[in-house]
Amino acid sequence: MKKLFAVLLAACMVLSLCACSASGGKSDSGAKVIKIGVFEPSSGDSASGGKKEILGMQYANSQVPEVTLGGQTYKVELVYGDNGSSTDKAPSAASSLVSAGVSVVLGSYGSGVSMAGGPKFEEAGIPAIGVTCTNPNVTAGNSYYFRICFLDNFQADVLANFAMDKFDAKTAYCLGETGNEYDQGLIAFFKQVFEAAGGKVIADSFPTGNSDFGSYLNKAKSEGADVIFTPVSIAYAVQIIKQAASMGLETPFLGSDTLDDNMVLEAITGSDLKLYVSTFYQEGGSKEFDEGIKKYINGSSEALAANGGNDTISAVTAMGYDAYFVALEAMKKADSGDKAALMKILPSVTYTGVSGAIAFDEVGDAVRDTAYIKTADTAAGTWVLETVQTGSASAAETEK
Amino acid sequence: MEQLLSAEYIVSILLSGISLGGQLALIAIGYTMVYGILRLINFAHGDVFMVAGLLGIYISAALPMYIAIPVVIALTIGLGFFIERAAYKPLREAPRMSVMISAIGVSYLLQNTATYITGGQPMTYPAIDALTRTVSIAGASTKLVVIITPILVVVLIVLLTTLINHTKIGMAMRAVSKDFETSRLMGIKINNVISMTFVIGSGLAVVGSILYFTTYPAITPTAGAMPGLKSFVAAVFGGIGSIPGAVIGAFLIGICETIIKGLPSSWNVSVFSDAFTFALLIVILTCKPTGLFGEKATDKV
Amino acid sequence: MRKTKHTGRSLLAVAGLLLVIILLENISSWIPGLPAVFAPTSQLFTVLKKGAVYSLVAVSMNLLNGFTGLFSLGQAGFMLLGAYTYAILTVPMASKDQVYYLFGGSAVKFSLVDLFQSLFGNTGFGGYLSLICAVLVGILFAGLVAALFAALIGTPVLRLKSDYLAIATLGFAEILRAIFQWQTLGPITNGANMLKSFPTFADFNIRNGAGQVVLRLSTFVPFLAAIICIALIVLLIHSSYGRAFKAIRDDEVAAEAMGISLFKHKMLSFVISSFFSGVGGALFAMYVANAQAKAFTSTMTYEILLIVVIGGIGSISGSVIGTFLYVACSEWWLRFLDAETYIGSFKVPLLRSGFRMVVFSVVIMIIVLFFSKGIMGDKELSWAGIGGLLKKRRPKKKTPAGKEG
Repeated sequence: MKKLFAVLLAACMVLSLCACSASGGKSDSGAKVIKIGVFEPSSGDSASGGKKEILGMQYANSQVPEVTLGGQTYKVELVYGDNGSSTDKAPSAASSLVSAGVSVVLGSYGSGVSMAGGPKFEEAGIPAIGVTCTNPNVTAGNSYYFRICFLDNFQADVLANFAMDKFDAKTAYCLGETGNEYDQGLIAFFKQVFEAAGGKVIADSFPTGNSDFGSYLNKAKSEGADVIFTPVSIAYAVQIIKQAASMGLETPFLGSDTLDDNMVLEAITGSDLKLYVSTFYQEGGSKEFDEGIKKYINGSSEALAANGGNDTISAVTAMGYDAYFVALEAMKKADSGDKAALMKILPSVTYTGVSGAIAFDEVGDAVRDTAYIKTADTAAGTWVLETVQTGSASAAETEK
Repeated sequence: MEQLLSAEYIVSILLSGISLGGQLALIAIGYTMVYGILRLINFAHGDVFMVAGLLGIYISAALPMYIAIPVVIALTIGLGFFIERAAYKPLREAPRMSVMISAIGVSYLLQNTATYITGGQPMTYPAIDALTRTVSIAGASTKLVVIITPILVVVLIVLLTTLINHTKIGMAMRAVSKDFETSRLMGIKINNVISMTFVIGSGLAVVGSILYFTTYPAITPTAGAMPGLKSFVAAVFGGIGSIPGAVIGAFLIGICETIIKGLPSSWNVSVFSDAFTFALLIVILTCKPTGLFGEKATDKV
Repeated sequence: MRKTKHTGRSLLAVAGLLLVIILLENISSWIPGLPAVFAPTSQLFTVLKKGAVYSLVAVSMNLLNGFTGLFSLGQAGFMLLGAYTYAILTVPMASKDQVYYLFGGSAVKFSLVDLFQSLFGNTGFGGYLSLICAVLVGILFAGLVAALFAALIGTPVLRLKSDYLAIATLGFAEILRAIFQWQTLGPITNGANMLKSFPTFADFNIRNGAGQVVLRLSTFVPFLAAIICIALIVLLIHSSYGRAFKAIRDDEVAAEAMGISLFKHKMLSFVISSFFSGVGGALFAMYVANAQAKAFTSTMTYEILLIVVIGGIGSISGSVIGTFLYVACSEWWLRFLDAETYIGSFKVPLLRSGFRMVVFSVVIMIIVLFFSKGIMGDKELSWAGIGGLLKKRRPKKKTPAGKEG
């Protein structure tokens, strides 16, 4: 029995090794393939967001699966590296992409994993295009990382101003996960802006894996918060929204781009909560894209499952879509699929996507001054555009 | 700060603490019973609790609630039984460390399978009408589940202690946990007793999961890890192997934790709600190395 | 006589291994046209680097759990201390403002890197020397801080028995994690943000004036560090202290009756194991190129414990072999299971993201259930053992096929 298992195990290992080398070999032989690495979480806390971002890339890939460079047509292939939403798995996921021979990397959803994977791309000389990683430190200090979204200081600025304008808020309760770079970064920036304008910020954090948010929300209520700012990952957001709904909390919630997710929307539907999120794209921004992606999502059960079972378009999907075309644009402009050529050309690439115009500044960040703020229509279960904030771009500049 | 001293706020904090404690108690009993008999930290117990939650979601989507709940209970008990037979029984004669590793392996397997099936997306637990109704106590409005939990815990524990103290299988359990080898020589069917322990443990875990996930409705594949760890701490706290110890430990931990979370934000300490649980544990252990109600001689290797 | 012969052989083997690693790392730049596995970007080197780091951590855990019989689950906590100590001390001054961007710079107003660069210069050989010194001192401090902490908590904790000790050490690790994530300590620990920009393995690659890599050493360095540390642990185990540890493991009462001071030896083992865990933590930070408390969870401890048991409790070589197998399986060999695969137009069922981990956990369960003693049991890989294996095989080959059946 034992021996049989030993043999079986050994056989499995050998087989898998063969499979590895076989898959490597196949793509090598087809010389007309350009690989784009998709560095996204499809497991862990941020899996939900990562999958939606991938969806945009897959749709874009299905629309334009080929690129012509130097008179030759190349097939564009997406190679996936699951970073598991965790900073300790990210480096090996990144190096699996590197060893697959990708020429450019897209992703990741989540800033922490992007920062953890970044050095691997830098080491290998592969440019990476961040899609929705909003933390300033993703691109700062890594010349190979670019990004097409706005930054956290801009986002926090927009939200803080919105809170003061719309609700005349004096006290803001901020709740984030302990030890999460994204949450704590946004809260810190929000605090800077809100306090500079004379408001009071109560910053609080919960330990990782926490599920009891009732105590925190009760406290927010008792400490007299006018708004509650929760820039947390989706799983926690769902938990917070559900518990707030059962408490019948009347304080409006502010959320960052992570909360623009249909899991959150589903959780809030049917309650009396007020939720406002800042995001990159609002459904209706590009009719053609909206119709196309909905058809794509409804066309396959897997895509539908990845999108959480319905066809509400997440902003990250639109961003994933745009990121793919930015990469393609760079290839066309460089007339090459070579990583070094792409790296050289990327700073000068400009592209107008469904989420707006994209150009990079000297750090590699997108020059963006528009954020959409949308609110959840809790009766109909849809997002409604609240306002478009063209934040003071100068405020974002002075932060640096 | 002053606002936090209002009666309404204090009551609401205490209520959620008691309810959390009750839910942890139901999981902690599973830990402590298995430990009492097998001297095994059953790391997979927290994940069985998570699986029970997921089963609840999937099954209640297909069947009406009053059928779904018994089905979920039956399936989870089956799972607990199966885990013991498949992963622990073959290692009865192996070193204790191997059995514990097997438990960690099962925990991995359950978590990874759950990730695979759910795709890592948070799932929302269905609302059970009887539990989610809102009631008001001393001005603090709360869900009915918060009131029901401690009552249900007390009822279940009374039943359990009756079972252990006044039935044949209960006597066998006590005998086995006192002395494994001798009770085997005395003709007690060890395997039946152990299976029964797992059945009871899993059964209580399901009840715990229904109460817990009704209060905190989003389930991720790692949702069982933290409550699992905390109830284990609760079990150690009370002296592992002792059922009343585990229950008292769980309530203590639940209440302490919610109080810390409820302290003024300006103190900046709510980050330490989990850490405090462990700190308290270490203090207790250094004063009383076998927990509050632990037996003196626990090491039987 | 025999002993020196063995030491000689072992030294030779180690030197040989290190040479092979250097060759392996650089062969693709010397001989073009080799399979992709040998390219420096290959997953092979990720596995080798992580394997080297983890094997040191696994061996240090084995020293405690396997050789002294102390069941401790504080590994991740000590690694965290090591990783943060190393990172805090070696983030270059120039990068501090950017790394600690939320806190307006760091409260630690010096950096080992700059310190040594001011001594030896920062270009050419001087730069290399200052890098080595900074890393070496950083790692040493990482180990010392972890050891110091172990000494502090050892007095109360080591009085506890078996599972109580396990849960208490696990608790300490969780408390440490919470403290390091506390925003209030941000100017030192950087709070929730990760520490980065410190020297990593890749910095050891020797570059020419144009910045091109002449000689890759990024896999060699973790191997060298791990080998030195593991060798030290092996020496300790073979010393009289090591024999005392084993005596305590086998029977505490008997050991005490023989005049072995229980507390002193337990403490020694605990502190030394923590020292090497701290060193391992620093190496881990260098491997992932960042330090963030979020990574050092109890899951990490369980993972290492799993490796120790799979390799064989009480076997150093088992831990090392177990580590490499474990890391290769989880990071490399099984990765294809995560990708949707088509053979022709046939979609292979089940294969999608997440399946790798399911298969991986099934493999682990099979190993645990059917090889409960682990790969090596409590035996060591030895020259005599290898010789014995070869000898056993040789006569088999010579026997005529007819007689066997």
